[in-house]
Amino acid sequence: MLALILCIVFLLLLVIVTAYAERKVAAFIQDRVGPTETGPHGILQSVMDVVKLLQKEDIIPSAADKRLFALAPIVMFAAVLAGFAVIPITPSAIASGAYLGVFYLLAIISLDVIGLLMAGWGSNNKYAVLGAMRSVGQIVSYEIPAGLAVLSVVMICQSLDLQEISFQQGILMNQFAGLEQEVNYLFGLKALNLDVTNVGGITTWNIVRMPFLFIAFIIYFISSLAECNRAPFDIPEAESELVAGFHVEYSGFRFAALFLAEYSMMVLVSLVAVVLFLGSWNTPLPNIGSVQLASWTTGTPGALTGHLWGAFWLLSKTVLLLYTQIWIRWTYPRLRVDQLMHLCWKVFTPIMLALVLLAGLWRLWMI
Amino acid sequence: MKEYISNKYNNSFFSVVGALLKGMQLTLQHFFRANKRREPTFVSDPNYFKQPEGLVTLTYPYESLPVPEVGRYRLHNEIDDCIVCDLCAKICPVNCIEIESIKATEDIGITSDGTKKRLHAAVFNIDLAKCCYCGLCTTVCPTDCLTMTKVYDFPEVDIKNMIYHYTDLSPEQAQEKRQKYEQQQAEIAEAKAAALRAKQEAAKGNI
Ligand code: SF4
Ligand code: SF4
Repeated sequence: MLALILCIVFLLLLVIVTAYAERKVAAFIQDRVGPTETGPHGILQSVMDVVKLLQKEDIIPSAADKRLFALAPIVMFAAVLAGFAVIPITPSAIASGAYLGVFYLLAIISLDVIGLLMAGWGSNNKYAVLGAMRSVGQIVSYEIPAGLAVLSVVMICQSLDLQEISFQQGILMNQFAGLEQEVNYLFGLKALNLDVTNVGGITTWNIVRMPFLFIAFIIYFISSLAECNRAPFDIPEAESELVAGFHVEYSGFRFAALFLAEYSMMVLVSLVAVVLFLGSWNTPLPNIGSVQLASWTTGTPGALTGHLWGAFWLLSKTVLLLYTQIWIRWTYPRLRVDQLMHLCWKVFTPIMLALVLLAGLWRLWMI
Repeated sequence: MKEYISNKYNNSFFSVVGALLKGMQLTLQHFFRANKRREPTFVSDPNYFKQPEGLVTLTYPYESLPVPEVGRYRLHNEIDDCIVCDLCAKICPVNCIEIESIKATEDIGITSDGTKKRLHAAVFNIDLAKCCYCGLCTTVCPTDCLTMTKVYDFPEVDIKNMIYHYTDLSPEQAQEKRQKYEQQQAEIAEAKAAALRAKQEAAKGNI
C-alpha cells in the first residue's frame, strides 16, 4: 500500500515536472520564453493547470456511451500505473519483484489500447473514433518491433526478471542470487578475454555488452514514441486535423486523468528503456585501476547510499530520455499514416527479426 | 525532371539519418541559446533589424520596444492653447472630433504663441476608437496645441471611455458662459433697438 502511494505521489510530481519541461523546452526551441507568470519562471504553471482542470465542470455528452466514457480514463491510468509495479528503482527496492516482470510489463502496457478504444468509441464523436482507431492501429503495430527489441535483451540476459537484468549490467552482478559465478566480458565476447565484471559502469550496460543492442535501443525508443502517441507519431492526436483525437470530448477531471495517463506512459517507456538497455540503476562511471569510480557511485545495496545512488542514476537517465522525447517532438513534423506503417512493418520489424537472431548467436559466443 | 528530383533529395539511408540529426542539432542549438534574449532597443540601434540569437519575445507589459518621438499614437490637446478654430474637426477624415464653441464675453487671454483666444470650448471630444491616427488634425492646428504622444497602450473595457474629453469647462460652467453670451447679445440687441427707437423718434420730431 505504501509503495502504491509513494509511487503515485512520485509519478504525479514527475508528470507535473515533465509537463512544465515540455512547455519550457518547446518555448526555448522556438525562441520563445514559455510560461513566466505563475511563480518564478512559471514553475507553478502545471500545478495551476491541474487546479484549473479539477475545478471544471464534468461534461458528459448526452449521446455518449456513459459507462464506457466514464471508465476509459480510469482503465488507461490504471494500466500504466500497474506497469510501474515491476520497475526496479534501486538494487533493493522494487514494488513487486515479479519473476516474469518483462512479460507482465508488455501485457499490461497493451491494456492501454482498450482504454483508448473505450474513450474513442464511448465519446460518440467522429474525430474521437477516428483518433482512437488510428491510435489502436499504431500502437498494436509498434508493439511488434518494441516487443522484439525487448525480446533481444531477454535473450542476452536470459531472464524475464527486471531486477536480475538490472544486476547483470553493473558491478553488483555477483551479489544477485543465482548470478554468483557469472562473468561479464567486454562486448560480451569471451574470446576477447577482457573481464569487466568488476569494472562495471558503462562497459557492462546492455548496449555495450552486445553492441548491436544499441540499434535495438534506437528502434525501441522510436517505437515507444509511437506507443505513447508522441510526435512525430501523433497522428491519433493530431491537433491540427483531429482536434485532439480520442480525448476530444473529455474535460475537467477526466481530461486530467487522460493527460496523466499519457505522461505516465512517457515516463514508463523511458524507465523501461533505461532498465533494459542503459544499465538500469547502475552508474555509468567505470572502475579504472585504483580509481574506483563505479564503486564510489554505487553505494552499498540495501543501505541508504545504495538507495540514493540507485534512484539518482535511474532517474537522471530517465529524465535524459524524457528530454529527448520532448526534443524530438518539437523538431520533427508528423508522419503520414502510410509512412508510419511503412516504417513499422517494412523497416523496423525485419531489422528487429534479424537482431533477435543475432542476439541468440551472440549469447552463444558469450558463454 | 526526374533526375533533378533525385539529385535534390538524396534518399540514401545515411543522408536521411544525417538530415534527421541535423534537425536535432538545430533545435538543440536554439535550446542552448535560450539564455540570450532580445533587448528592447530603439529602432536606430544597428541590431534592431537583425535577428540576434536567443529568445525573441519581449515580456510586453514589463519591457517594450521604445517608440519614435514622431510616432502617431494617442492624441493630446493642450486646451489652454486651443483657439477652438474647428479646423481639426473639419479636416478629420472620420469625423471623430466633436467641437462646440461659445463666444467669449470677456477677454480670456492669449495662447502661448500669442494668438488671442475668443472662444470657449464647451465640448471638445475626440473619439479615439474611431480615430485612424492619420495625424491630419495635428498638421492643420494653427497653434500646435493638438499633438500626438508616445502612448499607444490605452485599452478600455467600455468603448465609451475611448472618447477623450479635453474641455476645461464643466457643463455648468459652459451653461453659465452660454447664458452670459446670450445676455450680452440680448443687451446689445436691446441697446441697438433703443438706439433705433431714439433715431426714429428723432426723425419723427424733425418732421
Ligand atoms: S488623427 Fe486623423 S482621424 Fe484622428 S482625429 Fe486627427 S484627423 Fe481625425
Ligand atoms: S485646430 Fe487646434 S486650435 Fe483649432 S480647434 Fe483644433 S485643436 Fe483647437
